[in-house]
Amino acid sequence: MATLQVELVAVERTIWSGEASMVIARTTEGEIGVLPSHAPLLGELAPGGVVTIRTVEGDDLVVAAHGGFLSVTPTKVSILAETAEISSEIDVERAREALRRAEEGGDDPEARAAVRRAQSRLQAAGQSA
Amino acid sequence: MAGSLRALRRRIRSTQSTKKIFSAQELIAGARIVRAQARVEASKPYAREITRVLSALASSASLDHPLLTERPDARRAAVLVITSDRGFAGSYNVNVLRRTEELLSLLRQEGKEPVLYVVGRKGETYYSFRDRPMEQTFTGFSEQPGYTDAQEVGAALIDAFTAGQDDGDGGSGADGVDELHIVYTEFRSLLAQVPVAKRMAPLEIEEVEEFDYEREDREAGRTGDSGVPTSYEFEPSAEALLDALLPKYVTTRIYAAMLEAAASESASRRRAMKSASDNAEELAKNLSRQANQARQAEITQEISEIVGGADALVSAGADD
Repeated sequence: MATLQVELVAVERTIWSGEASMVIARTTEGEIGVLPSHAPLLGELAPGGVVTIRTVEGDDLVVAAHGGFLSVTPTKVSILAETAEISSEIDVERAREALRRAEEGGDDPEARAAVRRAQSRLQAAGQSA
Repeated sequence: MAGSLRALRRRIRSTQSTKKIFSAQELIAGARIVRAQARVEASKPYAREITRVLSALASSASLDHPLLTERPDARRAAVLVITSDRGFAGSYNVNVLRRTEELLSLLRQEGKEPVLYVVGRKGETYYSFRDRPMEQTFTGFSEQPGYTDAQEVGAALIDAFTAGQDDGDGGSGADGVDELHIVYTEFRSLLAQVPVAKRMAPLEIEEVEEFDYEREDREAGRTGDSGVPTSYEFEPSAEALLDALLPKYVTTRIYAAMLEAAASESASRRRAMKSASDNAEELAKNLSRQANQARQAEITQEISEIVGGADALVSAGADD
């Protein structure tokens, strides 16, 4: 079976790279699933989006990616994010705390971005935001 | 004589404890270089990918983004200087600041008014001491810059640049700028750190790495028959993507520069501290030589005093 070569890179480090059978992401235009031999594509990930990478072993790797892009080429899929966290690394308590704080932060763009980040973190960890 | 011996001993002690501080600093800097280098390495995949994505976009979209277009009557140029927060780093800051001065005078010759943005407390002190206006300063992270720091700096610069676009080419006294430059220290090796000045905007995308990629793809035999550029689908439109990507690209470059500068800073500091502790050791050695001489002289004098005293007694007894 054909597989996808996936690379998930955040600015400060490479988070994950390996073989996957499918990548599901949400761009600003809508939900998208990428299977092997997908047409080349460049997309901007929706703010506070969650990316799911289905590895060849069949496990789902759920990642909270902030401020990112998705690039699909014939040879590989790269997910670029300013910051990204794998669900297993997310501290739910802390994310909740951050969400609560951010929501109190009022209406400036900074606080709204923080709210979105916290929400996507919680969503990736499988919690309802 | 006894007094000078005590003074010497005190100096030896203080030199030795200063030396301890120097060698501790040296060790810390050494550990920091390793970490800084690791961070430079870790940030490379992202830089490579974003460059690749941009190059792909550049071949598809019409490139009339403000960050890419040269402005005919550039009047004000922002210069971002990256210095360190702490001293103890040898000629590190002096070199960066000297390179900056060169750039500033070049810009003035071209009829552009430079606007300073300074990272690091040392640069801030340098310019405020000389009463030179700084547009904005950022301090507190020179040794271990995070991406959020780069974002803060990048946002300030891009805002100024965007503002400069609106004020037209009259460019009178508005607070915008028409060019972005950066001066930082490039980390070539542990022994060589070179201050460099680069223009960030209007920017040219560095395509070198992208070329390597295409070749790699071809060698893998997975692309089509030839090097025909892949035609991409865009989500959203290519222009919208470019809008979103370019500021991030600028920020990435600032981040990369800050990481390099941090590695260079630690390397210069380690070198400076190494020679300082060597010098301290040398000094302590010389001082203890002097101290030993003084001690010996003191003993000799005491003996001769005793002998002289005994002689005097003996001769006094003989007289009786």
